[in-house]
Amino acid sequence: MAPAAPPTSALSLRNVVALSGRFPLLAGVDLEVAVGETVLVEGPNGAGKTSLLRVAAGLVPIASGHLSVLGLDPERYRTTVRRRVGLLAHASHLYDDLTVRENIRFAVRAAGADTARIDGACDRLGLVGRLLRTPAAKLSAGQRRRVALAVLVARAPELWLLDEPHAGLDAGARRLLNELIAEANAAGATVVVASHEPELVAELASRSITVTGGRVTAERTLGPTAADAPGAPDTPASDAVALRAAPLPPPDGGIAHVA
Amino acid sequence: MWRDTVLVAGKDLRIEARSRVALSQVVPFGIVALALFAFALGPDRAPMAKAAPGLFWVAVLFTTVLAVQRSVSVESGDGARDGLRLSGLDPAGQFLGKLLSVGAQLVALEVVLTVGVVLLYGARIEAWWMIVASCLLGTLGLAAAGVLYGALSAGLRVKETILPFLLLPVVTPVLLAGTRIWQAALAGGTPSYGSPWFHLLIAFDAVYLALGVVVYGPIQESA
Repeated sequence: MAPAAPPTSALSLRNVVALSGRFPLLAGVDLEVAVGETVLVEGPNGAGKTSLLRVAAGLVPIASGHLSVLGLDPERYRTTVRRRVGLLAHASHLYDDLTVRENIRFAVRAAGADTARIDGACDRLGLVGRLLRTPAAKLSAGQRRRVALAVLVARAPELWLLDEPHAGLDAGARRLLNELIAEANAAGATVVVASHEPELVAELASRSITVTGGRVTAERTLGPTAADAPGAPDTPASDAVALRAAPLPPPDGGIAHVA
Repeated sequence: MWRDTVLVAGKDLRIEARSRVALSQVVPFGIVALALFAFALGPDRAPMAKAAPGLFWVAVLFTTVLAVQRSVSVESGDGARDGLRLSGLDPAGQFLGKLLSVGAQLVALEVVLTVGVVLLYGARIEAWWMIVASCLLGTLGLAAAGVLYGALSAGLRVKETILPFLLLPVVTPVLLAGTRIWQAALAGGTPSYGSPWFHLLIAFDAVYLALGVVVYGPIQESA
């Protein structure tokens, strides 16, 4: 049975190493994300951003270090953690032969979430009328992305892990996505966004981290602190990153390099 | 677990109903296999009727590979397998759901193949209950082993070719027991003759059901 006490940290990685065969995906990541915080993850291609999100979602096991998601060990409480975490990945996780509505309904029911939220989520994402009865195979890349987003909105997970969420979306859908992220955050959800387009997310995030070579190599404060974030525990912002081996951001320029 | 079983089985059967792969490819493949066996044995019906039990089960085994491959491929598009893992569905429920879906398709296929054996090979079935019981028990074992080995091969780049290599030797007891029971059913159906073979099928089912419920999750995570 999972511990009942509410976690103060949504995501906690201490010296986490993850491997794919013998290839290191993460090479000792230290990261602390407080409940209710929105964190932007930046970095070049192949730096480990997607791996970081997949590790946080429990899709990639860690080889060493300590990982806690919503206060739980994702290895031990796999089902519980996965039902409380939502990952918007590069793939949409849709079944081509099922309609949009059937795909959303299956994903929401599988996660044990309330199916009453499906209609609202579909309306919000513009998935209405004939589109709901369209097989996923006939959707464009942007429409598939919107369906995946509708699943996330309907599931309303506590931890949103978004991997390049703006990719493939038109300008209107990008604005809507930002609204959804802000609303989820306002409702107390924690959001971690990996993006190559930081300007699209910067206004939503309180903090940005840079991942390079499978490590968190830099961090900067962007907006409201973790302590100001809705649903966040009453702790200083510095506590949210206290476990990192890195020093706090210097006053000049706001970029700190992690050893 | 049962809720997840129904959810996964319903999803897979719905996909099958839409794509009609079983109807348009798997069933015709089984019929073609039966016809090819008939051509190989020649026009005389006596050797065909004698070989009918074994040929029926060989056809079922080959089509099982196709049905399992289809079940695996459904989860391989657009990261669906990751989606299933992320959903938090109980792994045992996923295993049983997939088993139900594959099993339902195999039962439908076996009905068609049984009709084919009667019409093409001139086989006269004396004890229908033995045919029905062996098909149900054999299907359960084939589907359980198939889903398990399908999950094992799912993460491999050579999954299409490795699955028959892994699965067919393992399900030999089903071929053996099913054939013997069918022979008894065609010969007049003496329960005492079929009994040990029924026991073998039941034991096979029990082993693969238990194994699947326990190890499907770890296999899915590591594949």
